[in-house]
Amino acid sequence: MPKYLLLKHYRGAPTAVNDVPMDRWTPEEIDAHMRFMDDFGKRMEASGEYVDAQALAPDGAWVRADDAGTAPVTDGPFAETKDLIAGWYVIDVDGWDRAVELATELSMAPGKDGRPIHEWLEVRPFYGSPTSTGD
Amino acid sequence: MVWFDEATLRPLVPQVIGVLVRRGADFAAAEDAVQEALVDAWRTFGDGDGAGHAPRDLKAWLVTAAWRRFLDVVRAESARSRREVAVDAEPEQGLTEAVDDTLHVFFLCAHPALSPTSAVALTLRAVGGLTTRQVAEAYLVPEATMAQRISRAKRTLSTAALDRPGDLATVRRVLYLVFNEGYTGDVDLAAEAIRLTRQLATLADDPETSGLLALMLLHHARRPARTEDDGTLVPLAEQDRSHWDTDLIAEGVAVLQAALAKEQRGELQLQAAIAALHADARTAGETDWRQIVAWYDELLALTGSPVVRLNRAVALGEADGARAGLAALAEVDPGLPRHRAASAYLHEKDGDLATAARLYAEAAGLATNVAERTHLVRQAARSNQGLSG
Repeated sequence: MPKYLLLKHYRGAPTAVNDVPMDRWTPEEIDAHMRFMDDFGKRMEASGEYVDAQALAPDGAWVRADDAGTAPVTDGPFAETKDLIAGWYVIDVDGWDRAVELATELSMAPGKDGRPIHEWLEVRPFYGSPTSTGD
Repeated sequence: MVWFDEATLRPLVPQVIGVLVRRGADFAAAEDAVQEALVDAWRTFGDGDGAGHAPRDLKAWLVTAAWRRFLDVVRAESARSRREVAVDAEPEQGLTEAVDDTLHVFFLCAHPALSPTSAVALTLRAVGGLTTRQVAEAYLVPEATMAQRISRAKRTLSTAALDRPGDLATVRRVLYLVFNEGYTGDVDLAAEAIRLTRQLATLADDPETSGLLALMLLHHARRPARTEDDGTLVPLAEQDRSHWDTDLIAEGVAVLQAALAKEQRGELQLQAAIAALHADARTAGETDWRQIVAWYDELLALTGSPVVRLNRAVALGEADGARAGLAALAEVDPGLPRHRAASAYLHEKDGDLATAARLYAEAAGLATNVAERTHLVRQAARSNQGLSG
């Protein structure tokens, strides 16, 4: 079965419809969001489509070797303009349509005022996985 | 006959490795031979007619099986290199020797030449008697990766100076690392760390090792109340104390009292004493913060640790009010992890919700795990809600 990456961003994705920072939600709205995310993960496990999920901290740095290749050169923390990944799901599904369906579901996670966030998710096929149904 | 299961088998692993090492096997070969013998034991007693039952002296059986496995390897190698080896079995050991042998295996696995990750992996296999697969699952890495890590650790030991192995302090550090990993897979690492620390405390008769055991027991006792079913953190003050494990608390307190009676106080005993005072309070309001501050004073005098200074400031905020806590916090390095969260908490307690909300949100950005981040964002949200409503 083909694998896809559903990528969440801290920054760099197009702005969500219901875009309010989480500390401006009510505690109950945060709880509802967390429950949704928990359920989403469990549903994917139950359907046999879950492979991996990881969350990344927002800090870190660019690193390369210096010209002699002996010492690290670092550039960080990341500038505010950087496209910043927050985490991902890896899913193993029937095809592109199902990957899009799951991303849509995830995008509907509840946010401020209990309304869906309509967050943008980046859906990326692993090599060997189609980006359309091929019809 | 004795019941044959993991709980009977695993405590024997470091003892049997210790016997083989005393008989002249090098550690890496002894460790391999014992793993093989464990497989033999499962095959012989784990199913079939003798299911669930093992010989009365299971340890002697394992020593014989492991020694045979070891000799097979030695003979195969000596045949290849055309060398003759003379291997003689030694007489049965006395009790003191058995204790020394087992301690020696603890010390080897915490050898200062090993990186913390390697020491942890090797300890769980050679002292804990876990399989490579179990250790790999517990740390969420592929089994092949964990197998490499363990064999590299054993190679390091074979070239390291074995006359200077680890000591109780290095073993305690390794066990504390295992404890703090908690439980992610099938193996409950916190429970496993407690089992091994209990074993070490029995072998060593050392107040700081008892202090570590008490600290682990007292923390573990609160685990059922520390998170909700979905993983949400519940702060100490809001935990349902009826979910605390009173048996573990009683054991922790008893172990701690016996350790403190020896009058050789150390960092771990003092931390356990603070944990015991929390465990002793039937409600958060009954916590003896004044006594907790006194223990922190002693801990600070002993260690000079900035983290202790930070925790002391929060305790002082409970004992003498938020302003006193904030004044003490002003003396603490603001770059410390959790400084911002502590500051947010004390400002909230002082009634300054705007500052608290801002600091909680900043602290959330600095959190080192998802549960902590969610908790801090929720605290920020709660403070903002208090401001607007």
